[in-house]
Amino acid sequence: MARKPAIAPLEYSRRWSLRSIFIAALVFLYAPIFVLIAFSFSESRRLINIQGFTFDWYGKALENSDLQLAFANSFTIAFLSTAISVVLGAMTALLLWRFRFPLKPVYEGVVVLPIVIPEICLGVALLAFFARIDWPQGLPWPLNLSQITVSHVAFSFPFVAMVVRARLANFNRELEEAAKDLGAGEWPAIRDVIVPHMKPGLIAGGLLAFTLSLDDFVITFFTSGPDTVTFPLKVYSMVRFSVTPEVNAASTILIVITVVLTALAMWLQGRSGKLPSMGH
Amino acid sequence: MESWRRNRLVFFLVGLPPTFWLVFFFLAPLTIIAAFSFGEKVGVIDIDITGTLDSYLRIFECVPVAGSEGCTQVYLTIFWKSLWEAGLTTFICILVGFPLALMIYFASPRWKPWLLLLIVLPFWTNLLIRTYALIVMLRGNGFINKGLEALWNGADWLTFGALGNFTPLEMMNTDFAVVFGMVYVFLPFTVLPLYAALERLDHSFIEASLDLGAGHLRAFWTVIVPLAMPGIASALIITFIPALGTFLQPDLLGGTDSSLIANVIERQFRSANDWPFGSALSLMLLYITFFVIALQAFFSRRRQQHGREV
Repeated sequence: MARKPAIAPLEYSRRWSLRSIFIAALVFLYAPIFVLIAFSFSESRRLINIQGFTFDWYGKALENSDLQLAFANSFTIAFLSTAISVVLGAMTALLLWRFRFPLKPVYEGVVVLPIVIPEICLGVALLAFFARIDWPQGLPWPLNLSQITVSHVAFSFPFVAMVVRARLANFNRELEEAAKDLGAGEWPAIRDVIVPHMKPGLIAGGLLAFTLSLDDFVITFFTSGPDTVTFPLKVYSMVRFSVTPEVNAASTILIVITVVLTALAMWLQGRSGKLPSMGH
Repeated sequence: MESWRRNRLVFFLVGLPPTFWLVFFFLAPLTIIAAFSFGEKVGVIDIDITGTLDSYLRIFECVPVAGSEGCTQVYLTIFWKSLWEAGLTTFICILVGFPLALMIYFASPRWKPWLLLLIVLPFWTNLLIRTYALIVMLRGNGFINKGLEALWNGADWLTFGALGNFTPLEMMNTDFAVVFGMVYVFLPFTVLPLYAALERLDHSFIEASLDLGAGHLRAFWTVIVPLAMPGIASALIITFIPALGTFLQPDLLGGTDSSLIANVIERQFRSANDWPFGSALSLMLLYITFFVIALQAFFSRRRQQHGREV
């Protein structure tokens, strides 16, 4: 039998102290989520003991017409805001990467501001804004989602811009020069050389924007009307009203969707050679 | 990089749409609440911008306490409480997050991305759902109390019933639950910048300090912590700012007197319908945010200059 090699001085990760802290942290982070998922299969109506096994709550959640509408709203908003965010984000990235212009540091600061400021401030500001300019109300679906969509774009496209800019940072400008030397005009050079290089960043940024929109509660809370309930808003009102495993089933569906999308985003981002630059 | 003058057409075509969006759907809304904060309510929904400072003064207003001669500065107290709870959350997150970042940093290259993913994954789960998940854990008959009860009963059995019956801890609807919820939600935020800073740190620095006779703790305090300082600074910011403006944890986990600043702002814009006051509170929160960021920029610049001198 092979003996385990002795712990080298720097192999702190093999020391029990650090390992036990790490495992305790994982329990802390995951236990509530697993308990939440486990209750979605529980037969009991009350969330005290997990009893039996049933898919009934999923059936109930999927049949709930309010939840269906909330689901449709959330996805429509997420698709629209992602499409706009990707275009605007790519433009911002291109602008900051390519050009020198007066007050550029100020502009860069303003671009990241929507990421930095507390969500509640942006939420109430947008609420006041839409009320003040008399944004049309009571439009037919999906036009009634325009307020929420516009708001989601406002905080999503800066994220896309940062991801795409990180991707552009390792672009070899000689490729563009070569294309132009070979007779490509300005637009063909952007379309055929720069955009293909951006592509992994665009996809990863798009998926990021999609999950941000799908998950957002606070800003949606302030920019939605009575007939534009999204999935997180519906879950919130269900939690406030009464806590049943139906909420857990609905939550589990959303968790699975976000985790799948995020895994996809990280995989694509990993392929493009850079982890998502959260934090800086 | 080229000057914008060399290619004006591309510059404007690429620059105008995002700038338009930023101006209309970000700067204009902020300007409107800035204006509202100097306004007065006339009628149910109309606000006159009169340039009054009343809304700001109300933040410092002292409300008389019924049945006694004293008064309390209700809103200022909530500001302090928000700052204190956000600070406490940040402190706990860094204290817990640092060992986690170290664990990932020292892990073998094969394990590293997986450990990082394990920490980051909860961060991608919906914030509302994670906060809701805590309710079932923290309740009187929740899982934490059940675990404690089992431990208690075990100890009780060992000591032949000296401990008596277990009384469940009251955790829901308290400030404890709020801070617990914030740590739970923001911990992955804290670990990322800490790990990013450690990743830039060369193992040989630590080896050198150990070779030169430093113990593990001394190597930690004199080598790892100073070199990870930029990461600690950004972890501070990235945890403190969202924690300061957090809405869901006090709303769902806290009790009636657990409100933090975001909850007061929400109330002004919804049930209390006092938009000028809500705007003034939002602006105060914004100013504090900017102040914290400016402070961090100041210290990071000073650190850089200091580093150059040495």
